Amino acid sequence: MSNPTADRQLTAEGVAAELQKFLRERTKTDWEPDTDLFASGSVSSMFAMELVVHVEQTFKVAIAGPDLKIDNFRTVNAMTALVLRLARADDTA
Amino acid sequence: MSKEEPTPRLAVLGAGVMGTSITTLALIHGVPVVLVESDPEKRAGARARVERELRTAQLLGARPDIPEGELVISASAADCRGADVVIEAITEESGLKVKALTEVDAAVGADTALVTNTSSIPVDELAEALPHPGNLLGVHFMNPSYLIRTVEVIRGSRTGERALASVERLLTALGRRGVRVGDGPGFVTSRVLHRMINDAARVVQEGRATAEDVDTLMQECLGHRTGPLRTADLIGIDNLVDSLKVLHERTGDEGCRPCELLLRKVADGELGRKSGRGFYTYAVGL
Ligand SMILES: NC(=O)c1ccc[n+]([C@@H]2O[C@H](COP(=O)([O-])OP(=O)(O)OC[C@H]3O[C@@H](n4cnc5c(N)ncnc54)[C@H](O)[C@@H]3O)[C@@H](O)[C@H]2O)c1
Repeated sequence: MSNPTADRQLTAEGVAAELQKFLRERTKTDWEPDTDLFASGSVSSMFAMELVVHVEQTFKVAIAGPDLKIDNFRTVNAMTALVLRLARADDTA
Repeated sequence: MSKEEPTPRLAVLGAGVMGTSITTLALIHGVPVVLVESDPEKRAGARARVERELRTAQLLGARPDIPEGELVISASAADCRGADVVIEAITEESGLKVKALTEVDAAVGADTALVTNTSSIPVDELAEALPHPGNLLGVHFMNPSYLIRTVEVIRGSRTGERALASVERLLTALGRRGVRVGDGPGFVTSRVLHRMINDAARVVQEGRATAEDVDTLMQECLGHRTGPLRTADLIGIDNLVDSLKVLHERTGDEGCRPCELLLRKVADGELGRKSGRGFYTYAVGL
């Protein structure tokens, strides 16, 4: 069986663009990469779990333990950093 | 949890929106739970739903740093035996609740407290049909139970001190604060909130505003946390309609008669977050 992570060409720009597209579709708002999604109140904290599942499915990463915290999902930049870190850890495993 | 108090043993009836949420609250506080669900399909998915809620609780920082309680999933009310408290969180229908609570009563000891999580049915109405009416009280947990620290506690006219004390011990173990209110249709929160959501839906039905605009106005002008129609989706529109019917039948208040739009959504299977679509759309099951 092929390694599901081997053919991933994840770049910060690519991950951020995908996340911004998803957020635009779901919240009908454009988000700057460093804007706190939850601070304004226009995105509910219950949406956060939807974001987690989306990130896991889209980038084939598993988010668990101490990584499963809201601060990792506050901004597009934070999510991008998490995805790249987890994908890299996977690829070197 | 205080060192002196033994960990309470809890059983929860119904693995729907609320049963799952209350179970999660208990498990993260180290309280073991027997979760009883009669529908085989719902039962098969119950553990996965609880797992997802456990993850949500962790994500949102609501999870204390203590070992999780053990979860047992069961098909039979007989497995409530040995519980200190049984919380009934099944469909909002008086006859179903009486039947289920009577089955539980037959399985547990006379000193087990029975709790109904009903949104709107008066505690006395359920208690009078039970073999031990003094064992029943209402605790109205909200959704998600692990994020909302306050619960509405309803003492019926026949609720005994022992049941009340057991439930207070449980609430302490769960880190919840109870506000005690009088019995009656919808108590305080559903009486006020469900009628208001019905009005909000009626505004949309009449074409005067979109669901988004209703919620935005209620949030940004009036400080409502999520907006009434997003709240409807979180509650489950089928349950909301059941609760409004209970309120309408028992108060005669026409404002509580479920509006056409809500009825249509239930008929179309648009139940809110739990079915993936209500006033808004969601990733299925979230
Ligand atoms: N949804 C909310 O936000 C909310 C908030 C507070 C209180 N409540 C109340 O909590 C109760 C449950 O509501 P819900 O939204 O979870 O409903 P739900 O429809 O999501 O779940 C009810 C579950 O109970 C199961 N059930 C029915 N009869 C049963 C029985 N005899 N034994 C075991 N399981 C049985 C059903 O199969 C279903 O899975 C209702 O009384 C409701 O009014 C709901």
